[in-house]
Amino acid sequence: MSNPFSLVDKTILVTGASSGIGKATAIECSKMGAKMVITGRNELRLQETMQLLEGEGHQMIVADLTKEDDLNSIAEQCPLIEGLVNNAGSTIMVPTQFISREKLQQVLEVNTIAPILLTQIFVKKKKIAKGASIVFTDSISGVKIASPGNVLYSTSKSAIYGFVKNAALDLAGKKIRVNAVCPGMIDTHILDDVSVTSEDIEADVKKYPLKRYGKPEEVAYAIIYFLSDASAFTTGSSLVIDGGFTLQ
Amino acid sequence: MELKEFFENFAEVMDLDDANSLSENTEFKELEEWSSLSALGLMAMIDEQYGVSLTAADIRGSKTIGDIIEKIKSHSNE
Ligand SMILES: NC(=O)c1ccc[n+]([C@@H]2O[C@H](COP(=O)([O-])OP(=O)(O)OC[C@H]3O[C@@H](n4cnc5c(N)ncnc54)[C@H](OP(=O)(O)O)[C@@H]3O)[C@@H](O)[C@H]2O)c1
Repeated sequence: MSNPFSLVDKTILVTGASSGIGKATAIECSKMGAKMVITGRNELRLQETMQLLEGEGHQMIVADLTKEDDLNSIAEQCPLIEGLVNNAGSTIMVPTQFISREKLQQVLEVNTIAPILLTQIFVKKKKIAKGASIVFTDSISGVKIASPGNVLYSTSKSAIYGFVKNAALDLAGKKIRVNAVCPGMIDTHILDDVSVTSEDIEADVKKYPLKRYGKPEEVAYAIIYFLSDASAFTTGSSLVIDGGFTLQ
Repeated sequence: MELKEFFENFAEVMDLDDANSLSENTEFKELEEWSSLSALGLMAMIDEQYGVSLTAADIRGSKTIGDIIEKIKSHSNE
């Protein structure tokens, strides 16, 4: 039976694969037949993801995406890839008047600068194949919505929204597609942040028309669509996955 | 810790016009201006001004401004 979403014969690099959406993406991609290269900082948790991958021939690279040397070393250790999932991300919640250069830099480094540079390095070093697909885990935060304390995160993620469209245009000549998923709240460790209370979360869930947060797999399936040949004519798009949150 | 200054910092975070309405007995979560952003602002202000990192649980476990002051004092003794 033919499957337009198949990832057989594709090697796919996923950043932030030690947790949450990246972990689910790595696992689900492996189930669709892909060879995975997974990366993250935490070796133990990366190893856990590794053990949950289906099939053979996967590889893991421990790296800190905020370090220039690590970015280059990922590209060196990686074989030629057909898919790149720029997923790693983090946040610091702070109201505008308490922004500091340090906090701003910290959030931009992981969410904006690292994925842009990793993309640049892979293209420049010809480590990404013709016809390949690049997917960013963006967010509804930024371009679609604002929320209390999210100013740094929104800033970092809306930059990605702009980058995806421009890179899609620039890389079309190489037949490399660039797309993004924009999730609403997804149940991951990102919710463990000390500044968020369980009362806040309960109240927030009620604001979702589908009355729940998303699951990491539900973002992974959309990423699979963008990685597969099913989306061969789709580039520069940003798919909202938010249980209807931004409809209101 | 200078109390008057703390009340002023607190009022600033909460966008209150007048810090004089605040005291150690103020139940800050009952104030009309209180929001989830105030909690974040409070944590950031305390970190910046007093070098103490309180958590959301610390804020949740406090009823009055005096409770917050106690938490700051106990953390700064650590
Ligand atoms: N959860 C949501 O509600 C939600 C909504 C919209 C968008 N997103 C986005 O989805 C992506 C994944 O988030 P998640 O929810 O799955 O969060 P998560 O469970 O906290 O996972 C974050 C991942 O990013 C990696 N990472 C963070 N800093 C890194 C660094 N300096 N170098 C290398 N890796 C780093 C972490 O790896 P290590 O810990 O091993 O370093 C971890 O694997 C992020 O871009 C996030 O902004 C999440």
